[in-house]
Amino acid sequence: GLFVWHLKNTGIRQIPCQFVHLCRVANHRLITFQYFNFLKRMYVTQYNKDLSQRVKPKADSVASPFRELQQLDQEKKIIHKIRPISPVHQPLSETSSRNELREMKSSAETEDSVTTVRAESKEDRQWKEMKLQLEDLPGILARLSKIKLTALVVSTASAGFAMAPVPFNLTCFLLASLGTGLASCAANSINQFFEVPFDSNMNRTKNRPLVRGQISPLLAVCFAASCGVPGIALLTLAVNPLTGALGAFNIFLYTCCYTPMKRMSIANTWVGAVVGAIPPIMGWTAATGSLDAGALLLGGILYSWQFPHFNALSWGLREDYSRGGYCMMSVTHPGLCRRVALRHCLALIGLSTMAPLLDITTWTFPIISLPINLYISYLGFRFYRDADRSSSRKLFFCSLWHLPMLLLVMFTCKKSFLEKEDKGDLLGESHGRAVEIRLP
Amino acid sequence: DWIVPPDKLSNLRPVIFYVPPEESPLERRLREARQEAQACDQRFWARHNRAFSQEKEEFIYSRLKAKGLEMRDETGQKATLNAEEMADFYKDFLSKNFRKHMQYNRDWYKRNFTITFLMGQVALVRALRWLRWKKKNI
Repeated sequence: GLFVWHLKNTGIRQIPCQFVHLCRVANHRLITFQYFNFLKRMYVTQYNKDLSQRVKPKADSVASPFRELQQLDQEKKIIHKIRPISPVHQPLSETSSRNELREMKSSAETEDSVTTVRAESKEDRQWKEMKLQLEDLPGILARLSKIKLTALVVSTASAGFAMAPVPFNLTCFLLASLGTGLASCAANSINQFFEVPFDSNMNRTKNRPLVRGQISPLLAVCFAASCGVPGIALLTLAVNPLTGALGAFNIFLYTCCYTPMKRMSIANTWVGAVVGAIPPIMGWTAATGSLDAGALLLGGILYSWQFPHFNALSWGLREDYSRGGYCMMSVTHPGLCRRVALRHCLALIGLSTMAPLLDITTWTFPIISLPINLYISYLGFRFYRDADRSSSRKLFFCSLWHLPMLLLVMFTCKKSFLEKEDKGDLLGESHGRAVEIRLP
Repeated sequence: DWIVPPDKLSNLRPVIFYVPPEESPLERRLREARQEAQACDQRFWARHNRAFSQEKEEFIYSRLKAKGLEMRDETGQKATLNAEEMADFYKDFLSKNFRKHMQYNRDWYKRNFTITFLMGQVALVRALRWLRWKKKNI
């Protein structure tokens, strides 16, 4: 629908500035405002539910550039001039006094004019009615369930499934992935439900749906339940009980152990690493039905990976963590933070070497993965030694591509289970024969 | 209900609550619980963040003084310490406020659960009322 805010003659002094408001067409197309005016200040505001970029933040009031830009003659643009929403706008009365509202409104506006860099969308600066629009719901739920993180979790679970030494069963694979994805959505939603005031105080998380009031806590809990229950049921009944139990345990670990522990002790990082390690184990058990050494190794690799990843990330967030009251190694024990990151980078090398010993991959795996493992260890060492922002960022970004590449290499070096059976028959045959088979 | 942009100090978003003409006691309890929770949170975070900024300023000032520098350098820019020097302050601040945070956590979890539970009750009552109304009007 259209957002057209009407002025009501309330007798309160209205600020005579005009906003250009993005108007959403009924069929929910995204309208991109493009002000191609290179001489004046350029604003590129992409009204996308997830991102909102502003090329150049304004130092003074927001109103003026839009006033200039009204002279521009552009076609595909729909401008709705709206007056600022005065507090008494609400046709429905509320309990607080008018004066209080005027103060709040003026403080909100001073904030608008004073703040310079604001990466969030313009709507954040406006008063919004807390009514859930159905068309917004998918986007909101996607952000509530941290859909990108969920996608990564599902891909690690698929990696676990793919590495299992059994014939590939597509139905089982899809069901396991779906179940894991639902469980992850549920866990993430509950996490956000628990952390609303803390998220609002940290820059990284202040645009989450519950913080912005786009959704009520009740709805968040209901959504979590409606994802978690079917997800775990799917895993238990359609895949196998072990995977279901692991899924349920992981949800519990994440929401009831990791989330509260973040504010109590630095041990939360280790618990969080276990949370990250369980999905590939779930993938493996979904395929084989049992918890083998291979599953634990895969879990171990993910567990070790979490440390360089998270410790490097948390290095740049120390101020927010300190103010928000989060107990993280990077704040309280910075030396330990860097040591642990380096330690686990090196552990990755060791774990990669163990893979062929456990008959999961061939010996080409540790050889091929050695360069990338050495590189991340090198960055881990630099982080340990330099302990500055640039080394932490390098380590973090390396960890982002290191894991997918490692898992990919692992998969290509996977030892086929067929060939393992042959090996059992051909006792005493030539050891030097290349036994590498690419696909299961 | 209306939600407002984040408050400068507390970074929380106050909500203006809508009082419907026929508000049931349950709904009133919910609204009052939410208002009270909002007030508590606002108080806590405003105070906390203010203390943080103040102590940060003091820390920067004392460190700069120890180094023999002024608050503002020749160009008039505010002198800042780099992240490593600030790390001591962050660690200190976190440990000083630990107990305060523990207390707040407990309160926050309790309030969050009560409010969500009340919301559930209100939603249930409303749903039942709507069903009854539907049945009457068929």
